[in-house]
Amino acid sequence: MPYFCDKYRILEREEIAKDIYSYVISCPEAAAYARAGQFVHIRAEGYTLRRPISICEIDKKKGTVRFVFEVRGGGTDKISQLTVDDYMDIILPLGNGFSVNEISDEKSIVVVGGGIGVPPMCGLAACYKNVKAIIGFRSKDRVILEEDLKRIGADVTVCTDDGSYGYNGVVTLPLEEELKKGKTAMVYACGPLPMLKAAVNTAKKYNVPCEVSLEERMACGVGACVGCACRINRNGENLVLRVCKDGPVFKGEEVVF
Amino acid sequence: MSMEKDLSVTVAGVRFPNPVIAASGTYGFGQDYTDLYPLNKLGGISCKGTTLLPKDGNPAPRIAETPAGMLNSVGLQNPGVDAFISKYLPIAKKEGNVIIANVAGATLEDYKQAVQRLDTTDVDMIEVNISCPNVKQGGASWGVSCEGAAAVTKTVRSVTKKPLMLKLTPNVTNIVDIAKAAEAEGADCVSLINTLLGMRIDIKTRRPILKNNVGGFSGPAVFPVAVRMVWQVANAVNIDVVGMGGISTSEDAVEMMMAGAKAVQIGTAVFTDPYSPLKVIEGLKQYMIDNNLNSLEEITGTVQPW
Repeated sequence: MPYFCDKYRILEREEIAKDIYSYVISCPEAAAYARAGQFVHIRAEGYTLRRPISICEIDKKKGTVRFVFEVRGGGTDKISQLTVDDYMDIILPLGNGFSVNEISDEKSIVVVGGGIGVPPMCGLAACYKNVKAIIGFRSKDRVILEEDLKRIGADVTVCTDDGSYGYNGVVTLPLEEELKKGKTAMVYACGPLPMLKAAVNTAKKYNVPCEVSLEERMACGVGACVGCACRINRNGENLVLRVCKDGPVFKGEEVVF
Repeated sequence: MSMEKDLSVTVAGVRFPNPVIAASGTYGFGQDYTDLYPLNKLGGISCKGTTLLPKDGNPAPRIAETPAGMLNSVGLQNPGVDAFISKYLPIAKKEGNVIIANVAGATLEDYKQAVQRLDTTDVDMIEVNISCPNVKQGGASWGVSCEGAAAVTKTVRSVTKKPLMLKLTPNVTNIVDIAKAAEAEGADCVSLINTLLGMRIDIKTRRPILKNNVGGFSGPAVFPVAVRMVWQVANAVNIDVVGMGGISTSEDAVEMMMAGAKAVQIGTAVFTDPYSPLKVIEGLKQYMIDNNLNSLEEITGTVQPW
């Protein structure tokens, strides 16, 4: 799949929670190829390295891509200062994305997201009819994209670590409750490593295939520099693969946590 | 403005259609950037460093950002010289201009065998990495002494007639002596600088950001160090010098050439802007027009020191 590198016009910008920004950019050529689970690599003026950000939603008709990121340092702060009608220097779409499979109407998928790992689940949810979304946050003020997932048609369970909103606890228990119903065709997860590990183990317990999206410090984003290594065990063979090009999505059982 | 200019330069007898070479380790084997532009836009590509046997590299994180630069501790992850020859070299040769193999090793025998295998291929040039700071046996142990540099150069010289470019580390007391040692044993040219050894610490966790603790420092921040070392080396040797280290604009490239480089390598700038090598080439063409140059070699080493 091809990728593109250009300056793209910002159509929408919104701070959807404190220090968390949602952007929609116009990029018809790239949007035509974009898939849920892929990422964009954004240049921050004055910084050497770009910032890899998951694609949140893709509108192929409008030729737009949406992404959501948290300001964590100077680079993301710089990017977040760009506003509507400004141009953002982006390489996209990058990485492999989630696999989307044919499933019967009686079956559903579960998307599990933690914190800033929730955004890619929106685009993925849009690919399926029956979607259970289980999303976890530290506290109520950190909750994002709940309404978006509902708009897309997902049945949403929100969890907070401190119990200030929704289910009090981590995503693992609601995930297990859902898997017990025996309707789940696939589990997808994106978020902190302990959450991914728990999702993989829980899915395995119920014999449901699972895909996870990994994160790593990156330089090139396109596979050239081998900076973003992850350990993968595939068919009994230990491999060191690139999160940016071989991932960021991997089969859960292949990831060496 | 539309004047055709010949940007070609000749380094160690090899003609490059323009003096801009993708630096080893930042450009893979070229294939990862062909979605954006054809490889034959570049003067050459120095391919990812290869070792005799495949290497998994260092554990992640391998990347850390710095003011005006970055650290990496990839640790020479590569598929091995045989895979390079069978799988990557043919495509790079077909699509690119000058293709340079980059070889690293732990022992003299490693260097010897890898270069021996490359000798029978159609690779245009061999860059011998005696300067990788990220692997205990990544070559840097050879590159930090005149004896080590001489030994590697002598060893690889004995098994190939292909143009040899010795890639030097800046992490030494006197880079000029190392360059001279390589020249004395038959290096056709030298390239410099490889990365400077650096470190960053996460003050919240008190842990180094890199799992390897330390890594190679590159990017615009190192440019003045690179210019200084290229200038010193170019003044001391009679072989060609290829300059690298923090080049991101055509002005940087001109400066590096004035310091004594015949060609330049661009690395970290590609991460910031994948089009930067093309922008440097365009800028050099404009510089030739503006200064009425017939060849870019007219500026090599023309700095007039005080």
